[in-house]
Amino acid sequence: MDIPWAVMLIVLPLAAGLMAFVWPRVAQTLVLCCSLAIALAVAGLALQLWHHGVFHHALGGWEAPLGIGLYADGLSLVLLTATALVGMGVSVYASAYFTLDDAHHFWPIWLFLLAALNALFLSADLFNLYVTLELMGLAAVALTALSGGRDALAGAVRYLFATLSGSLAYLLGVALLYHAFGSVDMATLAGRMTPVPAAWAALGLMSAGLLLKTALFPLHFWLPPAHASAPSPVSAVLSALVIKASFYILLRLWIMLFGPFAGDGVAALLGGMGTAAIVWGSVQALRQTRLKLLVAYSTVAQIGYLFLAFPLAAAAAAWNAAAVLVLSHALAKSAMFLAAGNLLHFGGHDRIADLDRVVQRLPLSAFAFALAGVSLMGLPPSGGFIGKWLLLEAALAQGRWDLAAVMLLGGLLAAAYVFKVLGHAFTQAAVTHEPTAVPARMEWAALLLACSAILLGFTATPLLSLLEIGAPFGGSGP
Amino acid sequence: MNWDAWLPPLVVLSSLLPGLIIFVLPEERVGLRTVLNVTGAVAKLLLVGWMLWGVAQGHHYEARLALLPDIELVLRADPLALLFVTLSAVLWLLTTVYAIGYLEASPHRSRFFGFFSLCVTAAIGVALAGNLLTFLVFYELLTLTTYPLVVHRGTEAARKAGQTYLIYTLAGGTLLLLGTVWLYTLTGTLEFTEGGFLHTMDAAHHRSLIVIFILLIVGLGVKAALVPLHGWLPKAMVAPAPVSALLHAVAVVKAGAFGIVRVVYDVYGVEFAQRLNLLTPLAVAAAVTIIWGSLRALFQDDLKKRLAYSTVSQVSYIALGVALFGPVGTIGGLVHLVHQGIMKITLFFCAGNYAETLGIHKISEMNGAGRRMPLTTLAFSIAALGMMGAPLTAGAVSKAWLVEGATAAHMPWVVWVLWTSSLLNAAYFLPILWRTWFRPMPGAWPDEHIPARRWRETVWLLLLPPLVTAAATLVAGIYADTAISPLAWAQLITDREYFRATP
Repeated sequence: MDIPWAVMLIVLPLAAGLMAFVWPRVAQTLVLCCSLAIALAVAGLALQLWHHGVFHHALGGWEAPLGIGLYADGLSLVLLTATALVGMGVSVYASAYFTLDDAHHFWPIWLFLLAALNALFLSADLFNLYVTLELMGLAAVALTALSGGRDALAGAVRYLFATLSGSLAYLLGVALLYHAFGSVDMATLAGRMTPVPAAWAALGLMSAGLLLKTALFPLHFWLPPAHASAPSPVSAVLSALVIKASFYILLRLWIMLFGPFAGDGVAALLGGMGTAAIVWGSVQALRQTRLKLLVAYSTVAQIGYLFLAFPLAAAAAAWNAAAVLVLSHALAKSAMFLAAGNLLHFGGHDRIADLDRVVQRLPLSAFAFALAGVSLMGLPPSGGFIGKWLLLEAALAQGRWDLAAVMLLGGLLAAAYVFKVLGHAFTQAAVTHEPTAVPARMEWAALLLACSAILLGFTATPLLSLLEIGAPFGGSGP
Repeated sequence: MNWDAWLPPLVVLSSLLPGLIIFVLPEERVGLRTVLNVTGAVAKLLLVGWMLWGVAQGHHYEARLALLPDIELVLRADPLALLFVTLSAVLWLLTTVYAIGYLEASPHRSRFFGFFSLCVTAAIGVALAGNLLTFLVFYELLTLTTYPLVVHRGTEAARKAGQTYLIYTLAGGTLLLLGTVWLYTLTGTLEFTEGGFLHTMDAAHHRSLIVIFILLIVGLGVKAALVPLHGWLPKAMVAPAPVSALLHAVAVVKAGAFGIVRVVYDVYGVEFAQRLNLLTPLAVAAAVTIIWGSLRALFQDDLKKRLAYSTVSQVSYIALGVALFGPVGTIGGLVHLVHQGIMKITLFFCAGNYAETLGIHKISEMNGAGRRMPLTTLAFSIAALGMMGAPLTAGAVSKAWLVEGATAAHMPWVVWVLWTSSLLNAAYFLPILWRTWFRPMPGAWPDEHIPARRWRETVWLLLLPPLVTAAATLVAGIYADTAISPLAWAQLITDREYFRATP
C-alpha cells in the first residue's frame, strides 16, 4: 500500500490553515493535531524512503516538464524532519504564548508557513521552488510584524525588502535558465547546462538572491532586527527553518547545477563569507546586551558553518556535516529562542546583566538555554558536535587548517556568548523585577527541543544512512 | 543476557539516574534526596567491586554504541580504568556523605546534588572510556557539569571564577578535539590499546604525531594544571568545600592526569613515545610544575589556596611518573593517582571543617585549632605528612617508587626535583601543623557556628569522611605490599603495559 505521505505534508497544513481562518475557535486544537499529523507523516515518509528509495510523484498525473512533480530524498527528509519537530515545539509553545486575539492571526499564517516549507522541501523544479520560497517569505514577514510594535514593524519592513529582492533575483535567474536551456526541471537542466554567459548570470543572480535570504555575511543586515523583534515563537521559526529553506535551495542548485562548472573559486568565496560570518556574528553576539539580539547574531554565526562545507566538498563528509548542522541548528536555535522568550516573559525584559538568578527561579528554561548552547558550541554529546566533528574531519583530511581553525575559534566564541548569559543567570541583579509566571507548556516546549538537539548526537548513524537515500550529494537529485 | 556488556554502562548510570531525579525534586525533600544520593553511591561501589573481582579473574567488560558510522562510544573496564573508577567511586561516597553534612540548610541543594552526581558520572565516563572519542565526550561533559558547581554560590566572584575556569578548560578541550580529529584522519582508529596503536605508523607521519602529542598533552594539561596552564585552579577555590575536594582529588584535575596516562600508554605507547623523544619534555614540564606549585603554595595565607597550589604540584607527580621511561616510574606515577586522591581529599575535607565549624579560612587564624578540633587536625596532619612523603603513609610509597624509577631511567635530576619538592612540601605544611598543635588558642574563633559536644568537635557527617580517608592514607602506606593495595593494582597495569602480560 502506498500512502502519499508527501502530498499529505502539503495538503494537511493548507487545509488546516483555511479551517483555522474560518473557525478561529477550534484553531488551537486544529494546529496541535495538525503538527502531530505532520510529524507522523514525516515518519511515514521516512519509512517509505527507507524501503523503496527516493519518492517521485507527479501531481494529477502530469509528468515534468508540464506538470508539478514532488520529489523526496534523504536531504529533503532531513529538512522535513526539522520542520516537523520545530513545528511541533513551536505550536505547543504558541498555544500558551499568544493572547486570544493575536492567536487568531497567528494560527492561519503559521499553518500556511508550514505548508510552504514542506512544499519547498518537496519541490523538484526551479519554478516551484520559487513559488514556495515566495509564499514562505511572505508568511514569515507577516508573522514578524504580528506583535505590531514599532521595532517589529521596522524589522519586518526591512525583512520584507530583503526577502522580496532575494526572491526577485532568484526568479530572474530562473527565467534566464529557462530561456537558455528550455527547462526548469533540475534533472533536465543538469544534462543541458553549458557554461554560457546566461548560465553564469543565472548562477550569480540566483546565488545572490538565496544568500541574501539565508543572511550570509555580509548580507545578514536584515536578520538581527527582524529575528530579535519578532514574537519569540516566530523568532524561533525564522532562525530555525526559514533561513534553512533558502540554504536548502542553494545546496541543491550547487550540487546539481552550479557546482560542476562554478569551480573552486566560487566555493572558496562562499567559504570565505562563511568564515567572516562565523567571526563577525560571534563577536557581535558577544557584544550584545540584549538576550534576543545575542541569539539572533548567533544565528548569523552559525549560518557561516554551513558555508564552510562548500570549499570542503571534495570530502563526502562535508555535505553530511552541513546536513547534520542544519538539523541540529534548527533544533538548538529554536529551543534557544523559545527559552529566551521565556526569560523575557518571566522578567519582563531581556537585559542579560539583569537575568537575576533565573537558574533557580526558572530552572527549566535556563536548562533549555544551556542545553541548546551546548549543541551550538559543538560540545559533545550533541548534534552540533557530530556536525562539527564531520566538518573538522573533512577539513583536516584535505589539509585545510585555516578552515579548521575557524571552526574551533567559532566554537570558543559560541561558548563565550552562551556562558556570558549563563553566568549572569546565576548571579543576583542589582534591581529585581516582579516576575510573571511562565506557563509550563512554554518551558517544556523549549526544553524538549533542546533535549532533541542533544539526543541528535546519539542518532547520527541512522541519520546519516537516511541521508544516503537517493544520494543527494552524489550528483543525483530531483 | 550478557552481563559483561552491561556493567560499565550501569556504573555510569548509577550516578546519572539519581542525579537526574534529584534535579526535579523539590528543595525540601531532604530525606528522599539523601536516600537517592547514598543509594547511587553505594550501588556504584558494589558494581565497581564486582568488576574489580571480575577483571582480576580475567573477565572482559565492554559496551559499545555507534556514535558515527566508523566510531563508537566505548566503555571498557581495563585495569587502568578500574584504578581510577575505584578511586572515584569510593571518594564519591565519602564526599556525598560530607556534602550532605556540609550543605545542611544551605539553599539550592537539589541543583547542587544534581550537578554533583552528573560531575561524578562524567568522571566515571572519563575513566571507563575505551577510545579517545569517548574520552573526549566525557572530558567535555566534565567541564560542563563542573561549571554550575564552581559558580554555585552565585556571587560576582563565583561568576568570574567560573569564567576563568571555562576559558582555560574549553580552550584545552578545543586543542584536544583538534588533536583527536587529526589523529583520526591519520589512523582511522582511536581505540585505546595496551602498548599504543601508533607504533606501526609510517615514519613520514612522525612529525605530525609529535605535534598531535603536544596538542593532546596541552589540552589535557589544562585540567591537570600543568604550569603555565594552571591559572584556573586557585581561582576555582570559591566553590563550596566538597566541590573543591572532588575537583582536586577525583574529578577535574585527575581527569587531566588520567588522560595524560592514557595518551602516553594506550595511544602512543610508552616505547613509541620514547622513540619520538616525547617523554623527556613531558618530564621537564612536570618537574617545573612540581617546583613552581610548591613555591607558590609557600606564600598563600588562604588555606584552600595553599592546598590548591599544593595540588598543582602533587598531580604532576603522576605525569612525571608516566614520563619516566621504565616500569618502576610508571608504577610510581599510577599509584600516586590513587594516593594523591585520598590524601588531598582529606586535606580539603579538613579545610572545609575548619571553615564550617570555626570560620577559619586563613592559615594565620589556625592557632590552636588542634585543641578545639583534635580529630580533624589529626586527619589533616596525617594527610599533610603523607604529602611530604613521611614514612608509613601512602605518600612515602609513591615517592619511593618515583625515586627508584628516576634512578632506573637514568634521570638523576628528577631525584633532585623530588627531594626539593619534599622539602618545599614540608616548608608549607609543617608551619600549619605547628600552629594548630602548639600555638595557644585565641580568645574567640573568627566565626564559630557549630558548638562542640563532648568528643564531637563538629557534625559527625563532617568528621567521618576525613577520618576514613586519613586512615586509608595510613593503610595504603603500611599495607602497600599486600595483594589488594593500590600498589599491587598499579603493578598489574604496568606488567600489561610493558610486558603485555595478561592475567
